[in-house]
Amino acid sequence: MDNNKTTFEKLTLDLSHHIRINKGFLVWMGFLTVALCVCLYAYGLQLKQGLGVAGIRDYVSWGIYLSNFVFFVASSLIGMLISAVLGLIGVKWITPLVRIAETIAVAFAAVAGLVIISDMGRPERLAYVFIYGRVQSPILWDVTVVTTYLVLSILLLFLPMIADIAILRKKAQLLPAWLRPIYNVLSLNYADTPEQNRIIHRSIRTLSIILIPAALSIHTVTSWLFAFTTRPGWDSTIFGPYFVSGAFVAGCAAVIIAMYFFRSSYKLQDYIQDLHFDRMGKVLVLMCLIYLYFNINEYLVPAFKLKKADALHLHELFSGGEALMFWLVQLGGLVLPIILLIFSWFRRPLPMMLISIAVIVGAWFKRYLIVIPTQEHPFLPIQHVPANFMVYSPTLVESLITIAPFILVLMIITIISKFFPVIPIYETAKERGIEPFNSDK
Amino acid sequence: MEDHSTHGPNHDDGKDKGSSRRDFLKNLGLVGVGAATGAAALYSGHIFEAKKEASGQSKILLTQDGKLVEVDSLEIKARSKSGLDLLQSHGREGIPGKRWVMVIDLSHCRNARQCVSACQDAHHLKPEQYHMNTLQMKDSPDTAPYHMPKNCQHCDNPPCVAVCPVDATYKRPDGIVLIDNERCIGCRFCMAACPYSARIFNWLTPKDAEKDKDLVYNVELNVPQKLGTISKCLFSADRCREGKLPYCVSACPNGVYYFGDENEDAVTNGTTKETVRLSKLLRDNGGYQLMAELGTKPRVYYLPPKNRLFPFEEAKDNQPEKV
Repeated sequence: MDNNKTTFEKLTLDLSHHIRINKGFLVWMGFLTVALCVCLYAYGLQLKQGLGVAGIRDYVSWGIYLSNFVFFVASSLIGMLISAVLGLIGVKWITPLVRIAETIAVAFAAVAGLVIISDMGRPERLAYVFIYGRVQSPILWDVTVVTTYLVLSILLLFLPMIADIAILRKKAQLLPAWLRPIYNVLSLNYADTPEQNRIIHRSIRTLSIILIPAALSIHTVTSWLFAFTTRPGWDSTIFGPYFVSGAFVAGCAAVIIAMYFFRSSYKLQDYIQDLHFDRMGKVLVLMCLIYLYFNINEYLVPAFKLKKADALHLHELFSGGEALMFWLVQLGGLVLPIILLIFSWFRRPLPMMLISIAVIVGAWFKRYLIVIPTQEHPFLPIQHVPANFMVYSPTLVESLITIAPFILVLMIITIISKFFPVIPIYETAKERGIEPFNSDK
Repeated sequence: MEDHSTHGPNHDDGKDKGSSRRDFLKNLGLVGVGAATGAAALYSGHIFEAKKEASGQSKILLTQDGKLVEVDSLEIKARSKSGLDLLQSHGREGIPGKRWVMVIDLSHCRNARQCVSACQDAHHLKPEQYHMNTLQMKDSPDTAPYHMPKNCQHCDNPPCVAVCPVDATYKRPDGIVLIDNERCIGCRFCMAACPYSARIFNWLTPKDAEKDKDLVYNVELNVPQKLGTISKCLFSADRCREGKLPYCVSACPNGVYYFGDENEDAVTNGTTKETVRLSKLLRDNGGYQLMAELGTKPRVYYLPPKNRLFPFEEAKDNQPEKV
């Protein structure tokens, strides 16, 4: 029993020692705040002068704001893959990764809503969506499912955390003084009773099951914003699964990057082990292969037929103005990572992190390639308009407004991970055969 | 457990604090109500004084049913709000019994672009903003080029209306697709959905924003144009209401446009003012719709560019198209 106690003490300390405000945190958050202020100034300009401060015009009317929105919704889907799908199957090694995945899901889903507001011509009329909303419009569906998914994700982040909060609340000396009252409230008087555990366990299970259709919905509906039009490049029946599979690629990469930095900056090497990187690497390869399969379908099928409008679009991607970006994204962001990650040498923390950065950058530009080139080639020719109507190029202000959501995501992830245990203490203790609430008896 | 023992006394403390907080709130409420009442009394007194000073003057006005009435000038209120309401409800209802339809005879078009400028003048548009644009078309390498005026097709199955999240763009019973820019949130889903690129957006301050700022918004004209909202061809719904032909139709010097009512099976040429049977015109001249295969059911018909009256000349002001 004594042994039990000391291992638990060490475990708790290991997983909670980062919970404090230190210099690194202040410098990092200060940097993010300053950067955010610059971006907010850019948004102020847009509010004052109109959406025209961005490079979007009448033909390419959805630019990087919208492709960024797609990217954010995509990245948030990882919560469903890790905590719902793998969790319900009963995969054990995900224990230290579940909270990281849920944190990423919450951060990206929460900010996705803001991204779409930055793309509105009249953001002050946002409430009209609720007052005058037409249920027939996919935008209404999107608003509904993104909100639902966000609520589910917050609950799935919070419920498994209650036990940890209760553990740390009892060991108040591990927490900064200002955080203790917050922990007191959030612990909800959890005391590891069978009744409480039954409720939490059941809730988590139910939420995990509901989360799967909700997550599929958010990205399928997002893909329908495009697939419900008749435009070449968007008029596709596989856009739903194509987007969902792409989302898992981006999300896996995000989780791997987060694992790497949490592991080194919070000293979690004993908990996020090389084994976890290896396994996540395999998951990433699987997701990339599925996405590659959908890519082949999405491009080869119209390329074989070469209908007039499709031909123009595909020519632009394969060998025209967008060719460089297209091949960098497809080869550098998808094919090469698959080839490299097949070898176990690359499935170690540092190479994995670097590959994941390539994958996530590729994923962002992939959304650009889905959203923008289609609009540069409408059915009817673009004539009698200035040159900047014909070719889209994002402006500086637009780029800053696009960076802002990333800063917000980093802030949310930093705050959640800094003030709560990144790795579940309760679950980890249980898995190691320690009774977390009886350890001091 | 240890938590319980510390809870007891704390609980009582909380109660005391709670009751003193309630008292404080109660007092604050009383002060607030008193201040509001005082302010209201002062304000109504001020209104009353202002009224007394200006009274004694009257104006003679003509009512809607044609009577002359004398009204104290204090009683006269600007009707701009209700004017807007009237325009908005008219704009939603449409013109009863009509099914507006347009026919564009491509064999007559020589790219005079007077339809374009008349339209831009009427709707206060910038030079690069088109409700009506004339495109230089060439369907394949071996076929002849031709000029094609292109506007909103006022589809009977409009993809733009289907996707609008707030019912800002809508289909009227008389066939016209309109945009309510008091409602539009500027999401531009309709622009993405339209296969005819018929829609434009006010990206920056509209052309006559300063001049038009006191105008009551007319949904049937879409003037004043509003920043951050959509605009497009309206079949000149305001002119239809007055029994006149649309701006572009009247402006054409070459007899390209016919406009009329499908229910009456009659369309009138804007240049010659000749009225012909719609069904006969389409039958005799091989009338067709633009991209009918998309199932949009356009209300604009085209007559093919055969036996052209004018040789094709490349438009001078046209920008080279991006290859």
